[in-house]
Amino acid sequence: MGNLQLKSIRKAYGTHEVLKGIDLDVKDGEFVIFVGPSGCGKSTLLRTIAGLEDITAGAIVIDGQDVSVTPPAKRGIAMVFQSYALYPHLTVRDNMGLGLKQAGSPKAVIEERVKAASGMLSLEPYLERRPAELSGGQRQRVAIGRAIVREPKLFLFDEPLSNLDAALRVQTRLEIAALHRRLKATMIYVTHDQVEAMTLADKIVVLNAGEIEQIGSPMELYNKPANLFVAGFIGSPQMNFIDAARLGLADAKTIGIRPEHMALSRSEGDWRGTITHVEHLGADTIVYLETEKAGLVTVRLFGEHDYMPEETVFVTPDRSRQHRFSADGKALAATV
Amino acid sequence: MANARISRTRLTFVHVALIIYTIIALFPVVLTIMNSFKTRNDIFRSPLTPPLPSTFSLTGYNTVLGQGDFIGYFQNSLIVTVASIFCVLLFGAMAAFALSEYRFRGNLLMGLYLALGIMIPIRLGTIGILQEMVALNLVNTLVSLVLVYTAQGLPLAVFILSEFMRTVSDDLKSAGRIDGLSEYAIFFRLVLPLVRPAMATVAVFTMIPIWNDLWFPLILAPGEKTKTVTLGAQTFIGQFVTDWNAVLSALSLAIFPVLVLYVLFSRQLIRGITAGAVK
Ligand SMILES: Nc1ncnc2c1ncn2[C@@H]1O[C@H](COP(=O)(O)OP(=O)(O)O)[C@@H](O)[C@H]1O
Ligand SMILES: [Mg+2]
Repeated sequence: MGNLQLKSIRKAYGTHEVLKGIDLDVKDGEFVIFVGPSGCGKSTLLRTIAGLEDITAGAIVIDGQDVSVTPPAKRGIAMVFQSYALYPHLTVRDNMGLGLKQAGSPKAVIEERVKAASGMLSLEPYLERRPAELSGGQRQRVAIGRAIVREPKLFLFDEPLSNLDAALRVQTRLEIAALHRRLKATMIYVTHDQVEAMTLADKIVVLNAGEIEQIGSPMELYNKPANLFVAGFIGSPQMNFIDAARLGLADAKTIGIRPEHMALSRSEGDWRGTITHVEHLGADTIVYLETEKAGLVTVRLFGEHDYMPEETVFVTPDRSRQHRFSADGKALAATV
Repeated sequence: MANARISRTRLTFVHVALIIYTIIALFPVVLTIMNSFKTRNDIFRSPLTPPLPSTFSLTGYNTVLGQGDFIGYFQNSLIVTVASIFCVLLFGAMAAFALSEYRFRGNLLMGLYLALGIMIPIRLGTIGILQEMVALNLVNTLVSLVLVYTAQGLPLAVFILSEFMRTVSDDLKSAGRIDGLSEYAIFFRLVLPLVRPAMATVAVFTMIPIWNDLWFPLILAPGEKTKTVTLGAQTFIGQFVTDWNAVLSALSLAIFPVLVLYVLFSRQLIRGITAGAVK
């Protein structure tokens, strides 16, 4: 069990409105990710779900129950923070068990659940240590363990990987994915990193300036972005946006083509251009060029290529994968 | 290598400066203690020499311990100081927590109001305080002193502690709320241990003026039963004759309790710093 409905959630600090009417349905067992640029209100939304912030208007419903004014501990949620937020004076065991102890669970139950969670996260050797005696990765695992022990209806994660280094981030990401498969629990996860969002989510909610831009599966967002913002936010390198007028197209304002949907050739193609910079990543080669017709574009080629700056080349976009946007930034139905 | 040498010269300078400062600071203390063990004549004849077997004397201490209830004065001073520090720390920390943690109308004004006391000396209100204490029937009680000293210490305590409490991780408090800790538990179990260095600082700053104060004991609690050490020592200073042996002995004795308290608090200070918490 663990479904969540947000009904036109609004949140304002004084006159500054941070959330401007959020509607969302999260089904039992879903992994939902809030993604968006820094300061768009992701953490605030998560904290209102947790009950750490009051909402100004709207309703929060967990498992059919309106919890809008329920205190955090009674909402059946658990939260993992970017800064780990472990209790510095308690051992790992007590950190994990505190929530249950406060709720009045019997000692045996606490013991058993802590054991199960620490087994799942390979934390057994560290149970008697204090947070100061653990590495960053271990601390974050303890924080995740503390959430698991509560057996919540909803897991809430606020950028849990942002303080970890790159290698550990990938590893912990995989662990969280495995955990979701294993627990089949509902998870809501906040990140500003679109790679994390694409790799973990069943459903991504793209937020911008306190509003939802689009909700969809990772591939829906990739293939059918609803507007310019989502098109630009999802995918790396960023989608190329070209003024439709320059291409002589009258039925749209902007044309969007992903760097990986363009072909490059030395001999022939649609747009002639000069290479300004090349990035060799091994698996990919990213080519930046200045074209006569379309301006600056980025092209992503698979594998290794020996293009050099200053070279003159031709770019051919894949017309079947181009996106068209109207003057107000909305996506238009695809035409070939 | 050159770098190391430069820093060594600098280190030497720093040490020389610190040593000179230490000597200047300790000089009156050492002088007081030294002379308290000498005969009256030798105190005046050669104040800078340490007590020799020929000049050694415990007259001062005998007078102090024999005349009046000096142990009682000590007790009074200790009770007043410890109770005041306790109240200042407890209520100061509570106010600081409320100011730094909760958003409410007038938060900023309240903070400024509480900090105002740092700038306005409480002695300006002596007459009012005395009238109030008379009305409350608290004259010649230790309670009156504790109340006044608590009021005197609170502004600085609130000011310092609220700044420190703002630095305590919000996530930690949030985690506590999710785990079902009450606001009191969050305050006492999560926040207070993390601001222990600040508490120790406040305690030291609060303690010294209270222990040394002569003004309020003289006005509010001059009775024999409620005399503090500083007030007690005054009995040996007369308008025409001053029993210097006794004065110096009394002062020497008065130093030790503060010293002990200070050492206790500075331990806390260091321990507080080493408790690494978030991140
Ligand atoms: N306690 C607060 N008081 C006033 N404004 C706040 C508060 N918390 C957050 N905000 C504002 O809300 C906006 C969203 O913040 P946040 O949800 O933390 O963004 P993010 O998407 O980066 O997590 C920011 O503009 C921030 O300045
Ligand atoms: Mg955030």
